[in-house]
Amino acid sequence: MREQILKIIEKNGRIDFKELAILLGVEEIEVVNEVAALEAEGIICGYHTIIDWEKTSIDTVTALIEVRVTPQRGQGFDSIAERIYKYPEVRAVYLISGGYDLLVILDGKSLRDVSKFVTDKLSTMDYVLSTATHFILKKYKDHGTILTKKYEDEREKITP
Amino acid sequence: MRNPLSEKAAALKPSGIRKFFDIVSEMKDALSLGVGEPDFDTPWHIRDEGIYSLEKGRTFYTSNAGLKELRGEIASYLKRKLGIEYDPDHEVLVTVGGSEAIDIGMRAVLNPGDEVLIPQPSFVSYEPCAIMADGVPVIIDLKEEDEFRLTAAELRAAVTDKTKLLVLPFPNNPTGAIMERKDLEEIAEVIREKDLLVMSDEIYSELTYKGEHVSIASLPGMRERTILINGFSKAYAMTGWRLGYACGPKEILEQMTKLHQFAIMCAPTTSQYAAVEALRNGDGDVAEMRESYDQRRRYLLHAFREMGLECFEPYGAFYVFPCIREFGMTSEEFATRFLEEEKVAVVPGTAFGDCGEGYLRISYAYSLENLKVAIGRLERFVKKLRES
Repeated sequence: MREQILKIIEKNGRIDFKELAILLGVEEIEVVNEVAALEAEGIICGYHTIIDWEKTSIDTVTALIEVRVTPQRGQGFDSIAERIYKYPEVRAVYLISGGYDLLVILDGKSLRDVSKFVTDKLSTMDYVLSTATHFILKKYKDHGTILTKKYEDEREKITP
Repeated sequence: MRNPLSEKAAALKPSGIRKFFDIVSEMKDALSLGVGEPDFDTPWHIRDEGIYSLEKGRTFYTSNAGLKELRGEIASYLKRKLGIEYDPDHEVLVTVGGSEAIDIGMRAVLNPGDEVLIPQPSFVSYEPCAIMADGVPVIIDLKEEDEFRLTAAELRAAVTDKTKLLVLPFPNNPTGAIMERKDLEEIAEVIREKDLLVMSDEIYSELTYKGEHVSIASLPGMRERTILINGFSKAYAMTGWRLGYACGPKEILEQMTKLHQFAIMCAPTTSQYAAVEALRNGDGDVAEMRESYDQRRRYLLHAFREMGLECFEPYGAFYVFPCIREFGMTSEEFATRFLEEEKVAVVPGTAFGDCGEGYLRISYAYSLENLKVAIGRLERFVKKLRES
């Protein structure tokens, strides 16, 4: 049931317990308990909404920043990652294998906003060796949801 | 001018669905719960193989029976899933959908006057195909109290000296009924005793929600008398690719391949390459789609219970078959009024045989969001009828 609950709410965070119970063919109380357990165990970490900001009048810019750092004795990358992720405008920080170490996803209001963050905050941190910033020009798909096209049912209305 | 028509063809009744289709297609804004095909797109990796085959210029005919590679994959799929072994060189034929297999299967085994047992409600093609193959259709009316399964007693009662073939359409369109191992074992006994052939249409085999699908061909003494029909349409959401297959004893498949060769040449090449990919790497997609259907199935049954609409619990395909007798209308009247007053299309049970009277086929090959809107309208409609 765990896996099924996670699969459903990953796609639809707004579904209520009653409906979840119907879809899974179990009692509502079982779903309530299982979701509570998943939250307590930190498996469910939050509930978010996928927003295509492009379609609003609010200006946003998203950047992917590759960061090369020197790992610190005894702490590896964790402490430098923490210093970065504590900035609220940082949406995600991942430790990456390959050509660089940390991938930082940053939301800003404008290009200037982002470059200010990179030059003032990120590059000046101890242990940061270099950064490379990529701006996102268009989002086609985000969190498994296609943003650019709406599904249209083109099937015949009645078929045997 | 002389009569230009074949009397046999002209005498066939047009499909009951056709008439309803004409009304619905006039109504642009109607919601539909009337389709017999998945709402999912074919998984991308499968489509991609089809595209790739076109890019590579694989635009030629394949051998009549189908790509050797595909026949091999079909044979290993059937062994893996059902535990039946077929020789891919002589006992597997790739067809244009399961429908073609039904047609040429009948033509390969029937002689004039042979009786064909057709349990109904069931898919619309069996009866006309039997007639065009000079067979005599004999209808077995399935009953809701048996969950629309075929019982040994019903089968025994319908068999005569002329009976040659039994059509076994499970998991069933339109009822959603399945036949479990014990049900199959009971009828297999009669089939062996009366020396019948079976055409087992298992196109919905991947869509069962209570245990694994069992094929009658896997029971003792049944493989040699069964034409097994399956395909890619329902399991892999590939209806438009028109690809199915038939498996069975070499002597029957030889005749079917001959008919196929003269009528069709070979199934579409692009589709065959895509199907190879489906069988090799599609299990995960099938499982995911099955899970979605199952959730919708549970949602619908719950909604029917809430509104007090009688419906047996179906464990297969993507249809539910609620009973609407309490409203004192025929299925067609109900479906027509529901369409006119609430703009939702469902298919009257009678489109699948006379014994479908009093029932509706509701498809859940729709997103949960769509189902909710349509079921909300059904609830309102049912309430209105009960109050009037």
